[in-house]
Amino acid sequence: MTTHYLVLSGLLFAIGAMGVLIRRNAIVVFMCVELMLNACNLAFVTFSRQVGNLEGQIIAFFVMVVAAAEVVVGLAIIVTIFRTRRSASVDDANLLKY
Amino acid sequence: MGETITFWVLAVVSVGAALGMVFNRKAVYSALMLGTVMLCLAVLYAVQDAPFLAAVQIIVYTGAIMMLFLFVLMLVGVDSSDSFVETLKGQRVWAVLAGIGFATLIILAVGNAIFAPEVGLAQVTAQGGYIRSIALLIFTKYVFAFEITSALLITAALGAMVLAHRERLTDKPTQKDLSRARFLGDRPSPLPGPGTYATGNAIDMPALLPDGSAAESSVNRYIARYDVEHDHLPDDPRLAEAIKHRAEEDADEREIAPRAEEQDAEAEVRDAEETPNEVTK
Amino acid sequence: MESEIAQITQHTGGVIGNAWLMIAFPLLGAFILLVFNRLTDRWGHLLGVAMSLASFVVAVLAFFELIGLGEAERRRAVHLYEFIPNLDINMGLLIDPLSISFALLITGVGSLIHIYSIGYMAHDEHRRRFFAYLNLFVAAMLLLVLADNYVGLFIGWEGVGLASYLLIGFWQFKPSAAVAAKKAFVVNRVGDLGLLVGMFVIFTTYQTLSFAELKPIEVENGTTLAIGLLLLLGACGKSAQLPLQSWLLDAMEGPTPVSALIHAATMVTAGVYLVVRSGAYFFPEGSGAALAVAIVGAATLLAGAIIGCAKDDIKKGLAGSTMSQIGYMMLGAGLGPAGYAFAIGHLITHGFFKADLFLGAGSVMHGMNDEVNMRKYGGLRKYMPLTFWTFFIGYLAIIGFPLLSGYFTKDGIIETAIEHNQVLGWLAVLGAGITGFYMSRMVFMTFFGQKRWAEDAHPHESPTVMTVPLIVLSIGAIFLGGYLVLSNRLLLFLAPAVGRPEELPTFHFVSVPGITTLALVAVGAGYAWVRYAQAEVPVVQPRGSFVTTFARRDLYGDALNESLLMRPGQWLTRIAVFFDNRGVDGLVNGLAAGIGGSSGRLRRIQTGFARTYALSIFIGAALLTGALLLVGTI
Repeated sequence: MTTHYLVLSGLLFAIGAMGVLIRRNAIVVFMCVELMLNACNLAFVTFSRQVGNLEGQIIAFFVMVVAAAEVVVGLAIIVTIFRTRRSASVDDANLLKY
Repeated sequence: MGETITFWVLAVVSVGAALGMVFNRKAVYSALMLGTVMLCLAVLYAVQDAPFLAAVQIIVYTGAIMMLFLFVLMLVGVDSSDSFVETLKGQRVWAVLAGIGFATLIILAVGNAIFAPEVGLAQVTAQGGYIRSIALLIFTKYVFAFEITSALLITAALGAMVLAHRERLTDKPTQKDLSRARFLGDRPSPLPGPGTYATGNAIDMPALLPDGSAAESSVNRYIARYDVEHDHLPDDPRLAEAIKHRAEEDADEREIAPRAEEQDAEAEVRDAEETPNEVTK
Repeated sequence: MESEIAQITQHTGGVIGNAWLMIAFPLLGAFILLVFNRLTDRWGHLLGVAMSLASFVVAVLAFFELIGLGEAERRRAVHLYEFIPNLDINMGLLIDPLSISFALLITGVGSLIHIYSIGYMAHDEHRRRFFAYLNLFVAAMLLLVLADNYVGLFIGWEGVGLASYLLIGFWQFKPSAAVAAKKAFVVNRVGDLGLLVGMFVIFTTYQTLSFAELKPIEVENGTTLAIGLLLLLGACGKSAQLPLQSWLLDAMEGPTPVSALIHAATMVTAGVYLVVRSGAYFFPEGSGAALAVAIVGAATLLAGAIIGCAKDDIKKGLAGSTMSQIGYMMLGAGLGPAGYAFAIGHLITHGFFKADLFLGAGSVMHGMNDEVNMRKYGGLRKYMPLTFWTFFIGYLAIIGFPLLSGYFTKDGIIETAIEHNQVLGWLAVLGAGITGFYMSRMVFMTFFGQKRWAEDAHPHESPTVMTVPLIVLSIGAIFLGGYLVLSNRLLLFLAPAVGRPEELPTFHFVSVPGITTLALVAVGAGYAWVRYAQAEVPVVQPRGSFVTTFARRDLYGDALNESLLMRPGQWLTRIAVFFDNRGVDGLVNGLAAGIGGSSGRLRRIQTGFARTYALSIFIGAALLTGALLLVGTI
């Protein structure tokens, strides 16, 4: 079964990455990032069971904590940008260039 | 066998939901799809001897984080649906190619790997049980990292407050200021209410003026746009014409609005929107 | 050969042991005046005079201590400090008859000119700075003549060059003065190069630059000839001898006391000093180097005299005369020990009468609103009698009027020259005749004839502070020559330092060259009387013949320099600039443009779209994973 879980994890990760690349709405992009993190967590949990070691789960737990903090700050940034630019599109924030 | 069935059901659901999240135009739908994926994953955790994580997944992710996403979506504007026209040349093609390539590689790697027989967590949780073992690890071996995460969370909370806080640069407009602004504007009176007809009294129905013509300003421009986009126009051609016209005005305004970048201007716009009378600049 | 010079012995204590004070006093003066700047504006000139006088007092005391010693012990070296220990070069002073003669001349005449300058520069707001430079000059000149090695001499040499530059350009607001200063500096560099290379050759040949350690030579060889010619080049630069004479006439842009002190009495004689000081080592009697010195001297004395004939600017006329008189000294310096004595004698008397003439000219200018054109003088005899008489004494001295200073020293040189080399000797006689003409022309145009003044001119006698130095100098111009030459006083005094001729010359009051010289001078003076005192002098310069134009243009010296040196230099520069612009800059600019262009294209990658960056990261990650897998399977 390990293989199945890992393949699922990889699929979810790839889908999340594609979403990051395709979507323009910053919030949706952010959701896709969360999906990628979740895919990783699944892999951690799977490996934890595979090798019989609880530390994989501990790491997954820490990933969740960090993801929570990241979401809080990230969304605050999105709100701030939206307030000043009236837009949540990641393509509109493109002043830092050549 | 039970695990296999659970897995296949949840795998199909979660992949489908993930794809739905990526390809749905509406951000709210995307958020709901993500919630679905997270719930599926929580069940998968539980199946894989990780009930603690399953609980945390549901409480933290599906409960807290998804709520936060939805709040922000409300704040930023639910109505803002992405247009699906790709502006960056080749971006979509390359993204799909890279995604498929990456997935293929992972599948190849995992498929080629030879795994030892599953060990399972029975052995490590034999002494004191699952929760005790987890607690033991977190509060002994990883206690330092755990304490640091608390610092991280406090910092994140503070950061969010600082970022989301808006300094008020001007005094909050008093009732007097507002009425002065209204009288200095081109329309001192309140906007007319929507029309009430025998066939309908919805908020998107333009009222009629004494001379029989439709009062465009009686329809909220967002509603007018929604109507135009979803083809909810009334049968009466006069009223439909008025709604279309109103939607065009809205489109013109949206052209201009993003360019007003100063906070003050933005504040004024919002203040104007808050007031029932549309005191436009 | 009897031209043995005395051994140099070490000396400590006494005035000679503290001879460095001579240099230290004016140096301190210059230091105070320059560092404390405006604070010293009120009494700066007095400090300058006091320092110069103090130096003079030390020189006089050292002189008396020196003549108190036995004749063979009169070359005293005073060790000061180790200068360049690696090369075993020490700084020290050499007090001997030659250097002390110079020191007395420099400090004596220098002090008189300091005093004169108080009056002459009274109305200049930068008088304090002027005195600072004068003091600096005196210090540097003393170091030049007192140093016991070529390095110290060279430092003093450059020091006087610097002071000369600063003083010629003292009125630097005048473009002509600034240019003249630059010209003097540049031309002097050419000479300095000769001196410097000469010193290098000396050091590599003898491993020393100290006068005490060099050995006198009897017979010349290739090395000493080369050294001699290089030193002669240096001497030509400093003493304005052909072919490096062009700067001296322009140097008259400086204030007149400067012309008197630096460009007549002292600095320009440094070349003569160098030749005489090096005489025993590199210019033995009858050598090619000595002959070159004499030829340069003879050529310059004629050139200077011819230039002097054509100049209407009183100071430039005197400058031509200075060139000419230094030519006499160089001629003498090329004639061995007997010539040395007369050269130094002429140098000393010239220091007096030329300073007298220059200061007299300055006094005339002072009274004529700084007018320098002699055509606008005339008849000044009655208006400034003291100036006239002192100038007239200087005039008589320089043309060699019997029994005045110039008569003895110049005749000495001429007779010695005729003994050694008939041609050069008779050229010197001819030069003396021309001297009689141009000096008479100067005196007659200035003090005799009708008034040709500018309308606003109110000639008046100069203040006492200016006339007293004139009187003192003219007394020297009358008596000094006879005192020095008769009974060979100077020759015997200098003998320990420069050597003694085989037989002592006796001065003939009646001799063929002497009578001829006097006759030629009389003819020249008479012709000048007819043309410039009797006939009317046109106020506007007449066109003049070809020869006159030739002389007015300084014998086309500047034109020669321009076409031989300046133009090729300019072409060289242009070629270098072209190469720099096209070759070096082209390479560098092309490289820069290439990098700039390619980076301009490369930067287009930075679109500013976060999604594009994310895509490249993701593709990179995918490729990396693929690579890892590939490596794993292999």
